[in-house]
Amino acid sequence: MNSTPPLLQARNVTMRFGGVTAVRSVDFSLGEVELRCLIGPNGAGKSTFFKMLTGQLRPSEGNIHFRNTDITGSNSHQIARLGVGIKTQVPNVFNGLSVRENVFIGAGRRKSLARAQRIVDETLTRLQLDSIADRIVGQLAHGQRQWVEIATVLAQEPELILLDEPAAGMNHEEVLRTAELIREINKTQAIVVVEHDMQFIRMIARTVTVFSQGEVLVEGSVETVLSDQRVKDVYLGRRAA
Amino acid sequence: MKLLRSSSGAQTVVILSIIVMFAVPKVLSEFGVMQATLFAAVAIFGLSQGFVWGYAGIMSFGQAAFLGIGAYTYAIAAINLGNTQVAGLLAIAVPMLFAALLGYFMFYGRISDAYVGVITLTVSVILFELMNSTSGSQYHIGDAVLGGFNGIPAIPPFAPPGKPDEPLDQIGVWYVAMGALIVAYVFLKWILASRFGRVVVAIRENETRAMLIGYDPRLYKLLSFVIGAGIAGAAGAVFATWGGFISPTVFALTMSAQVIISVLIGGLGTLIGPILGAVAIQYLINVAGMQHTIDPSLGLGIVLVAFVLLVPQGVVPVARSWIARLNWTARTPRANRAKTSEQESRS
Amino acid sequence: MDLTGLLAFNVLTGIATLALITIGLGVIYGMMRIINLAHGEFMMLGAYTAVTASTAGVNIWVSMLILPPLVVGLVGLVLERTIIRFLYGRMMDTMLATWGISLGLIGLITSIFGNVVKSVQMPVGSFAIGQYHVSAYSLVIIGVGVVVLSSLLLLLRKTRFGLILRATMQNPAMSASLGVRPAAVYMATFALGAALAGLAGGVLAPISGVSPGMGGAYIAKAFITVLGGGPAIIAGTGLAAGLFGFINEIVSFLSTPVIGDIALLASAVVLIRILPQGITGRFLRRSS
Repeated sequence: MNSTPPLLQARNVTMRFGGVTAVRSVDFSLGEVELRCLIGPNGAGKSTFFKMLTGQLRPSEGNIHFRNTDITGSNSHQIARLGVGIKTQVPNVFNGLSVRENVFIGAGRRKSLARAQRIVDETLTRLQLDSIADRIVGQLAHGQRQWVEIATVLAQEPELILLDEPAAGMNHEEVLRTAELIREINKTQAIVVVEHDMQFIRMIARTVTVFSQGEVLVEGSVETVLSDQRVKDVYLGRRAA
Repeated sequence: MKLLRSSSGAQTVVILSIIVMFAVPKVLSEFGVMQATLFAAVAIFGLSQGFVWGYAGIMSFGQAAFLGIGAYTYAIAAINLGNTQVAGLLAIAVPMLFAALLGYFMFYGRISDAYVGVITLTVSVILFELMNSTSGSQYHIGDAVLGGFNGIPAIPPFAPPGKPDEPLDQIGVWYVAMGALIVAYVFLKWILASRFGRVVVAIRENETRAMLIGYDPRLYKLLSFVIGAGIAGAAGAVFATWGGFISPTVFALTMSAQVIISVLIGGLGTLIGPILGAVAIQYLINVAGMQHTIDPSLGLGIVLVAFVLLVPQGVVPVARSWIARLNWTARTPRANRAKTSEQESRS
Repeated sequence: MDLTGLLAFNVLTGIATLALITIGLGVIYGMMRIINLAHGEFMMLGAYTAVTASTAGVNIWVSMLILPPLVVGLVGLVLERTIIRFLYGRMMDTMLATWGISLGLIGLITSIFGNVVKSVQMPVGSFAIGQYHVSAYSLVIIGVGVVVLSSLLLLLRKTRFGLILRATMQNPAMSASLGVRPAAVYMATFALGAALAGLAGGVLAPISGVSPGMGGAYIAKAFITVLGGGPAIIAGTGLAAGLFGFINEIVSFLSTPVIGDIALLASAVVLIRILPQGITGRFLRRSS
C-alpha cells in the first residue's frame, strides 16, 4: 500500500448536463511520473472527464485531488498554478504572438527574467522549434501549432501534463516525433493523454483506461486492454457485456 | 532597459513630442496654443481607450464615464481645496476607484465581452442623467454647486505648487497638458514592456490559454481597466482646466463615440494610433462645426462607416504594413520573395 | 384605492412603452446577434415620419401607426443591403458601423429639419381613474404593445416565415442546405426590426418631443432590456420590460423620473450580473 498520495486522484466523479449523465461515478488514480492514456469511442465521456481535471467543468458529484490538494471545481488558473500543464483539444495558442513569445508566457510566471529566457531557449530546442521561433503562430501549420502549444505547456515545468489529442491533425512523421517527445517527457513528468489515434496509442501507451458510456470500462496495461473483447466490441458499436 | 532596446519607434515619438511641446508656444498664437491644449486632452483620452480596448481587449463603450468623473472631481476638489495639485491627483484616483468597483462587478461576474460594452455604456448614461438632474443650489459638494445641465463654471486652473494664487496662463496649461500626454505615453509603454503588460496582451490573444498557464484573467482585466480609468481621469482634469468649465455633456454618448472612432481610425493595437486619431477627429469636429455644407454628425457618421468598411484595422497599422512591405521589397532580392509572416514592429 | 389604480395603470403604460422601445432591437439582436446602435435613430425616423405625415394632413392614426413602420422598414432594408451585410460575424465592426449610421441619421435629419423640437398633436383626450385624470393615450400605447408582441409571437410560432426565421437563427448552415437563403432572412429580419423601431417612434411621438437627438434617450434602456431579457426574443422582451418597467414606474413615482430611469438602468446591470444569459437564458429556455 502506497504511503505517498497519488499524484492525481478522482473519486466517484460524475458529470450531469441537464438530463444527460456524461460521466458516471468514475474512480481514477495516477501515480508520480506515470503515463496514462484515456481512450474510448466518441461520446464515451473521456473529454468531459478531462475537462473536470483541468477545471473547465465542475463535477456534479465526487472529488478530485492533486496530491493532497482538493481541486474539485477549482478554476483552471488555480489548477495550473499547482503544477499542472494543460493542452486542449482545439489548440489554444496566442495566434498574434511569435512562437518564442508564446513559450515565454508559459515560462515566465513567477520566475526571474534570466531563468525564463533560459527555459524558453531550452524548450524551443527540445521541440525543434528554433527555426520558426520568430514566426507568428497564427500563420503556422496545424501540426506546428500543436507543438507550440506543447512547448508552452512544457515551459511551465509542470509536474503533471494533461494532453487532449496531441496528435490530432498530424501527418505520420509528426506523429512519430510527438510520440518520441511524450516518451521523453515521461522520464521526469506524469502525463495523461486523451487520444483517438490507435496507432499513436500503441506507440506511447503503458497503462490505458477505457471509457465507455460515461464509465470506466476497463483499465490495465496496453496489451491486455487492446486485446480485451469488450473494448473491441465497444469500438465497433456492439454493446459491452 | 528592455523598453528602450525594443522600441526605437517609441524613442522617436517621445523626442518629437518634446520638440512639439516647446515649439508650439513659439509658433502658434495664443488661440492656437489653446487649440493644441484641447488636442492634447483628447489625445490622453484616446490613449486611455486605446490601451483598454486595443491592448487589454476590453470593449469599454463608456470610457467617457471616467473622463467625466475625473473632470468633475478636479472641479469639485479645486473649488473646495484651493490646491490644484491635489485636485489633479484626485482626478486620477477617483475614477480609478470607481473603475475598480465596476471592474470587479463585471470581470469577476464572468460577463462576456459584448456585455462589458453595453454595461459601460449604460453606466456612462446613468452618470449623464444623474449629473443632468442636479440643477438647483441644493445639489452641491462643499462649495461646488453641481449645476445640473449647466455644469460647473469658474473652475480654478492649474497653479504651480506653493503659489495657488498665480494660476498658469494658457502657455503654462499647454505645458502641463502636453507633459501629461508624454508621461502617459511613456507610462503605458513601460507597462506594456513589463511582464504585466505581456500577460495583458496574452489574455487578449487567448484568454483560455493564459488561464491554463496559471494567470487569472479577471485580475489582469481589472487592473488594466483601472489603469485606463486613471488616464481618462487625467484627461478629464486637463479638459476641465482647459475650459474652466465642465458640464454633463462630458458623460454623453457622443464623447464615448468620439474616442472610439478616434482609436478605430488611428489603429487598434498601437499607442501612437489613438493619439493621432484623437487629434484628427477633434480637428475634423472643429472644422465640421465651422463649416455649413455638411452637418457635423453626418460627416462623422460617413467617416466612421467608411472606415469600418474599408480600413477596419485603422490607419496606423495599415500604414505600417505598407512601410514594412516597401522595406522588405526593397531589401529582398526578387528570387527570395516567398511568403513569410510580417513581424509587426512595435511602437 | 384610486392611487393604486393610477399606479397600476402607469406601471402598465411604462411596461408597454419599454416593450415597444425594445422589441425592434430584440428582433435584430436575437436573430443575428447584431448590436444595432442606430436603433434610437430608427425610432427617431419613425417619429419624424409621424410628424411630417400628420402635418401634411394625413390621418393621425395612419401617420403614427402605418407610415412609420413602412418608411423605417424600407430605410432598414436599404441600410442592410448597403452596409450591414458586409459585416456579418464581425460584432465589433457592426457596432461601430451602426454607431456611424446613427450619427449619420442624426446629421441627415438635422440638415433637413433643423435642430428644433417638433411635436405631434395628442389624438385623444383623458379619462378618470377615481379622482385622477389620466391620458387615454396610455391605453393606445398599452394596446399597441399588446398587439405588437402577440402578433410577433403568432408570426414566429404559427407562420412558415416565422419558422424559417427561427430555424435560421438557430442554425444558418442547416437552413441554407434546406434551400433557405440566410442572406434573405437577415435582410428581412433587419427590416422587420427597423420597422418595429419606427412604429415605436411613431407611437411615442405625441408624448415625447421630436428632435434629431431624441433617440439617444432610448438606446441604453432598449439595450439593457434586450440583454436582460435573454435569447428568447418575445418572452424575453416581455419579461424584462415587465420587470424593469415596473421598477422604473414605482421608483419614478416615489422620487423623480430621472431617478426612475437610473433605477431601471442600474437594476438591469445588476440583473445581467446575476443572470448573464438574461431572464430567458435561465427560465423559459425553449420559448421564442
